[in-house]
Amino acid sequence: MARIAGVNLPNDKKVVIGLTYIYGIGRKTAGDILEKAGVDPEKRVRDLTDDEEASIQRAVQEFPVEGDLRRRVRDDIQRLRSINSYRGLRHMRGLPVRGQRTITNARTRKGRRRAVSGKR
Amino acid sequence: MSRSAKKGPYVDASLIKKIKRARESGTRKTSPSYARASMIIPDFVGFTIPVHNGRRFIDVYITENMVGHRLGEFSPTRTFRGHGAVHSREVAAEISE
Repeated sequence: MARIAGVNLPNDKKVVIGLTYIYGIGRKTAGDILEKAGVDPEKRVRDLTDDEEASIQRAVQEFPVEGDLRRRVRDDIQRLRSINSYRGLRHMRGLPVRGQRTITNARTRKGRRRAVSGKR
Repeated sequence: MSRSAKKGPYVDASLIKKIKRARESGTRKTSPSYARASMIIPDFVGFTIPVHNGRRFIDVYITENMVGHRLGEFSPTRTFRGHGAVHSREVAAEISE
């Protein structure tokens, strides 16, 4: 099992897919990394040589990933909050930030529906 | 370079004048502005700008962090009074002080 960017241990999937288990790496970034590292994306993670693993590790360093990325996102949101911007207020309220409608939908931000006791 | 980057930030002309006037008169507060769409540039830092929200002017004190945002982002246009009949009365009273 390869250990890249800290805690991530992908399995017997292809490397491109395995890399997407790392927070901050999707299909596109995974492909870019493997190209940079010169590793065949179709190869299974378990078949990686130590050299390949090391060069992937090196290529991954160029991207903000896992803890670093999470902290960056958190700091960005914290900045919006601290300057009292509209976007910050929306984050505080747990409502959509980018101007979406809220009369219906927006369930991802608002969470499970809360029943409103109507008049009978 | 995207076209919008080439065109540079939108900074309201009258707002620049207001800042200039405030700076010359030594005040840290400009006259009120309706230029909600205007970008905040580093020159504004340290000033307080009253920004219209459709009803009244909200004093916005400009800090370093706000550069690049637009004035309107700091002057909310809506008042959320909460949901629910009983609760809303309390909140409404609180807001309309």
